[in-house]
Amino acid sequence: MNRFAALLDALLFTPSRNGKLRLMQEYFSTVPDPERGWALAALTGELVFDAAKPNQVRALAAERVDPELLEWSYDFVGDLAETVSLIWPEVAGGEGQVPGLAEIVEQLKGASRGEVGHLLEPWLDALDATGRWALLKLVTGSLRIGVSARLAKTALAELGGVEVDRIEEIWHGLAPPYRPLFDWLEGRHPAPQTGDLPTFCPLMLAQPLDDSELEGLDPRAYLAEWKWDGIRVQLVARGTERRLYSRSGDEIGAAFPEMLDAMPAEVTLDGELLVLRDGEVASFNELQQRLNRKTPNPKLLRDYPAAVRLYDILRESREDLRGLSFAERRRRLEAWYAREPRSALDLSPLVPFTSWEELKELRDGARERGIEGLMLKRADSTYVSGRPKGPWFKWKRGALTLDTVLMYAQRGHGKRSSFYSDYTFGAWRGDELVPVGKAYSGFTDEELRRLDRWVRNNTVQRWGPVREVAPEIVLEIAFDSVHRSTRHKSGVAMRFPRIHRIRWDKPVREADTIDALEGMLT
Amino acid sequence: MSAPRPETWIRKSSAGLYCEPGDFHIDPVRPVPRAVITHGHGDHARSGNEQVLATPDTIAIMQERYGEAAGASLQPLAYGETVTAGDVTVRLAPAGHVLGSAQIVLEYRGSRVVVSGDYKRRPDPTCAPFDPCTCDVFITEATFGLPVFRHPPDAREIDKLLHSLALFPERSHLVGVYALGKCQRVLALLRQAGYEEPVYLHGALIKLTELYESLGVRLGPVLPLSGVAREALKGRIVLAPPSAIADIWSRRLPDPVVAMASGWMRVRQRAKARGVELPLVISDHADWDELTATIDEVAAEEIWVTHGREEALVHHATKQGYRARALTLAGFEEDE
Repeated sequence: MNRFAALLDALLFTPSRNGKLRLMQEYFSTVPDPERGWALAALTGELVFDAAKPNQVRALAAERVDPELLEWSYDFVGDLAETVSLIWPEVAGGEGQVPGLAEIVEQLKGASRGEVGHLLEPWLDALDATGRWALLKLVTGSLRIGVSARLAKTALAELGGVEVDRIEEIWHGLAPPYRPLFDWLEGRHPAPQTGDLPTFCPLMLAQPLDDSELEGLDPRAYLAEWKWDGIRVQLVARGTERRLYSRSGDEIGAAFPEMLDAMPAEVTLDGELLVLRDGEVASFNELQQRLNRKTPNPKLLRDYPAAVRLYDILRESREDLRGLSFAERRRRLEAWYAREPRSALDLSPLVPFTSWEELKELRDGARERGIEGLMLKRADSTYVSGRPKGPWFKWKRGALTLDTVLMYAQRGHGKRSSFYSDYTFGAWRGDELVPVGKAYSGFTDEELRRLDRWVRNNTVQRWGPVREVAPEIVLEIAFDSVHRSTRHKSGVAMRFPRIHRIRWDKPVREADTIDALEGMLT
Repeated sequence: MSAPRPETWIRKSSAGLYCEPGDFHIDPVRPVPRAVITHGHGDHARSGNEQVLATPDTIAIMQERYGEAAGASLQPLAYGETVTAGDVTVRLAPAGHVLGSAQIVLEYRGSRVVVSGDYKRRPDPTCAPFDPCTCDVFITEATFGLPVFRHPPDAREIDKLLHSLALFPERSHLVGVYALGKCQRVLALLRQAGYEEPVYLHGALIKLTELYESLGVRLGPVLPLSGVAREALKGRIVLAPPSAIADIWSRRLPDPVVAMASGWMRVRQRAKARGVELPLVISDHADWDELTATIDEVAAEEIWVTHGREEALVHHATKQGYRARALTLAGFEEDE
């Protein structure tokens, strides 16, 4: 447990992706089975206990320490698990009986809520403060250390010298503590067979396409589809099992029960999850309402009906179709859909065209909600995971832009921690500037240095890490769309805002108004 | 004749703690005619006093920091020796906080008060260990006066730093340390752990580190950072004042792992808020267990608690049967 706790602690503080990868690799390569397997389960979110409620943990601590001191300490620290881990009295001679993660998991699995307290006490006595913190985070079901399941798998993949997608592919056929997985990665056994399980097929992703690159491409070799503004999902049905996977391979079926009900048998489909009303795509904001809930109530299901717009078929009746060309898979998809229509599923239509100019007009003319642009897929492309260059492109509609005024700047993280790199910008409402968004990207290192210097020299007020600056710089912001939001003071929120240009030349009075932004609402 | 009540001869004044029958202040926050100084940190040892009494090391530190302004007349007093001021005897006892740090032991007509200044109880290779003195009133600091503060063994924290250095050999490791005490202690702890490589110092740390060396504290090879090529700092440890670790200055280092050596690093949100990637819980102040054990050890009837989280320590001491009260003195910083 000590090694696992030290890993969690280090991950929490390490901002960079590479740093996190290295910490995890070191852990996985030096900690034995089954301990590391349970750690992997915890990191990938497969090990979820809600065995202990925060109140139980607080009550345990109140038996050991003065309740008033506990309260003052909690006020100071601000996090209950951390407070209890720090305040727990050290028991002399407690070390030596430090429980392993495997042992902890074993015992917790069978424990009822009433028994958890009795299990926790001797462990808390044996562990050090970091160990107690990790244990309490684990049993209260909230690790929050900034590591995605994908990142943990990436660390494993690099360790074993395999592609991360090979791990994704078998992942859902494996169970903690993943001994066959480690056996394979360390070269003792061939890859685990996942047989009849509804596993995830790692996705094929598209490269962004710049208008200037079009010339080199032959329009006859490509098929076009609309690019929908939802989230990419994979539907997998095998035997009696049904799964809905997000693009990173997380199971999200519980949040979309109607999709699981709608799924036919023995097929793997690739498509876009949308909120769809009478065939019309609702805004991404509405889909967000569903994505925010792990388990939806009936009202949410009624108000925000979900559907998947299909564009590919990867497996049919246990036949792997990924080696076929896209054109062939498209024929198989259409034929399959003709046999198996479902109300919560429809087909994303192909967009016929003969020249790039024609297609560009179609793209720019499409103002229908839910369309972000076009997808171009080579007709002869097989389905390969990852983001190969050439077969698939996403060709987004030109971004919207708005001239805004820089209002606040905040320090970044990791490599940017000495730079004011996070910018809040505003638009005019009469004589007042109202914040309309935040951007962290879109500038070069040189521009960042210049902005940072400017922020430091033009600060009018400071609140902790935030500086308010004189309203003197116009930032031209590019964004994909804008929608209503109750969480923003301006009443609107931009999607994917980034700094397009820094208009050192432009007077701030000529920046745009809130009205202009509202005029772009979709 | 019974001994006078302590509050009749030592009290708070606008300049700080004042001993009336001796006519001197302890760690005054503004210039006074006669000052007794516990240790060299800027919030305890200020410039501009006329007569200053302190340990020889503290006086050397004050001269280094303030030059002429250290005081018109500087009187060194070694640990264990006594002087008298009026009817008051003054003795200095090691406080274990930083080099030269002292508790001030005052006796007046059979009544004894110990002003601890800042102190810690664990061994520190750069200064003499705290010497507990029995007394009637013990005036204690309470910087870490909450039971969540329990500093882990120093060696374990230094191991964390050396482990990170091995794991990220292409990065520099920048450790935030206070210029007086923490800087030299971290150096000494690194040497104890067997680390013999040169350590690079921010300009603000050099003079006091040299002073420690000249006063006989061995700290191993150190080099000034200025002028060193970026490339040469990969895999190196760099020490800098806390204010420099997340500012423009740090950009000269190759992809630094930002560490900070402080008792506050015990609380994750505190460490996160400072942008620290590698928190090292190394403190020159007593933690909760040391504070409470010290109160028991000095066997005072009364405990006066100054700067820090007074209420929790007063609460605890009261429950243990001591007469305890908070002595709110202005001008002391929370930073260690």
